[in-house]
Amino acid sequence: MPIAREDLQAIWLTLKLAASTTLLLLLLATPLAWWLARTRSRLRAPVAAVVALPLVLPPTVLGFYLLVAFGPQGWGGQFTQALGLGLLPFTFAGLLLGSILYSLPFAVQPLQSAFEAVGRRPLEVAATLRAAPLDSFVHVVLPLARPGIVQAAVLTFAHTVGEFGVVLMIGGNIPRQTQVVSTQIYGHVEALQYTQAHWLSAGMVLFSFAVLLALARMNRRSTRVVG
Amino acid sequence: MTHLSRAFAFVVAALAAGVLHAAQVRVAVAANMAAPLQKIADDFERATGHEVVAALGSTGRFYAQLRGGAPFEVLLAADEEIPARLEREGLAMPGRRFTYAIGRLVLWSLDPGGVDPQGNVLKQLPRGRLAVADPRLAPYGAAAMQTLTRLGVLPAWERALVQGESVGQAFQFVASGNASYGFVALSQVMSEGRITRGSGWIVPAHYHAPLNQDVVLLNGGRANPAAHAFLAYLKSESARTTLRSFGYDIATP
Repeated sequence: MPIAREDLQAIWLTLKLAASTTLLLLLLATPLAWWLARTRSRLRAPVAAVVALPLVLPPTVLGFYLLVAFGPQGWGGQFTQALGLGLLPFTFAGLLLGSILYSLPFAVQPLQSAFEAVGRRPLEVAATLRAAPLDSFVHVVLPLARPGIVQAAVLTFAHTVGEFGVVLMIGGNIPRQTQVVSTQIYGHVEALQYTQAHWLSAGMVLFSFAVLLALARMNRRSTRVVG
Repeated sequence: MTHLSRAFAFVVAALAAGVLHAAQVRVAVAANMAAPLQKIADDFERATGHEVVAALGSTGRFYAQLRGGAPFEVLLAADEEIPARLEREGLAMPGRRFTYAIGRLVLWSLDPGGVDPQGNVLKQLPRGRLAVADPRLAPYGAAAMQTLTRLGVLPAWERALVQGESVGQAFQFVASGNASYGFVALSQVMSEGRITRGSGWIVPAHYHAPLNQDVVLLNGGRANPAAHAFLAYLKSESARTTLRSFGYDIATP
């Protein structure tokens, strides 16, 4: 059996982290993307830039700031301690926060494009039919934006599975809490356990390929439906 | 004739060294050596005119990179196993390996009263987290686990442990306040012979397997006079004084 128990635990934890991140991020990113798609505020450009920051920043920068800000001396750490949550680094909740920031653009940007593509017209029609704004958002916009929502979910999930730098900085390598597949591969390579590293790495390649293939197929189908 | 050609080669080499005079040596350095190496490299550069280009990292990663053809000429390792392995596998010059420093482990806290000089804090119930380097990867991590085991306190502290990928990261966890204590390298917290920040217990050397750190001349440095000079310099009294001031022991030859 080439896959050891810690490796299986790491795989399970990675999937749990990716699923939780996807769920929370869709809830957070939907209103944000909606606002970005519709607003004419002067804040639009700076907010869009902040959302895109994790695309260009090295993940270690994000991890380093999280470690400092959410440590006992940082403002974030004092805030979480005041709330009775304790300190976030080295916990699953800490990884979750890191993953949400790290994958933010991967959720917001597809949603934003999808909302922009829907345009104002369907909402205006819904309004003349006396649909309340929330009602028309749920029953008109969301179904029309479905391909974008699926794309956001798949990309967020896959991107979180591939997360490494942030976890390395704030994880602490604790089995069942912060030891994920990518840090486990790193550990295997450094410990010269190349066989285990190969198994996990090959699994990652297959997984990522399957996700991107599924996404490409989905995109083709949805373009056909829309077009 | 051979004498003559040898003399000629020597003159050419001397001229080349004179003309190029600042030969470069590319050194891969274990993370725990970061601070002393800086001083040693400065002194070496001043004494010889050669230039040291240092890359910091974990010894295990350097090994993987060297197998992939990384262009380092000298490896200052954190252990003795990987240098020996490089020698066996023909990636390092045979017979040039030696122990340049013996590392010391310290239980360290940022809080000036956090760790008593006898380390009795380990015998109490854990308050806060204890950072160690990953024992699979870093000799300092393995030494930390041996120390906890020897004191019989591993079961009590196991749940408080957080692991860094190197002793450098274990130090960072404590220095950022995220872990209350950490087993780190003495060299990370000591300079000029004393612990400069926080509080610490220097773990007696016999509590764990010796942290012998070996240096090897890698194949890439075979023909580089600066690499040979650097290896020789590590044995000099000046380099040894620096290593001692950062808390390392020196092997008695």
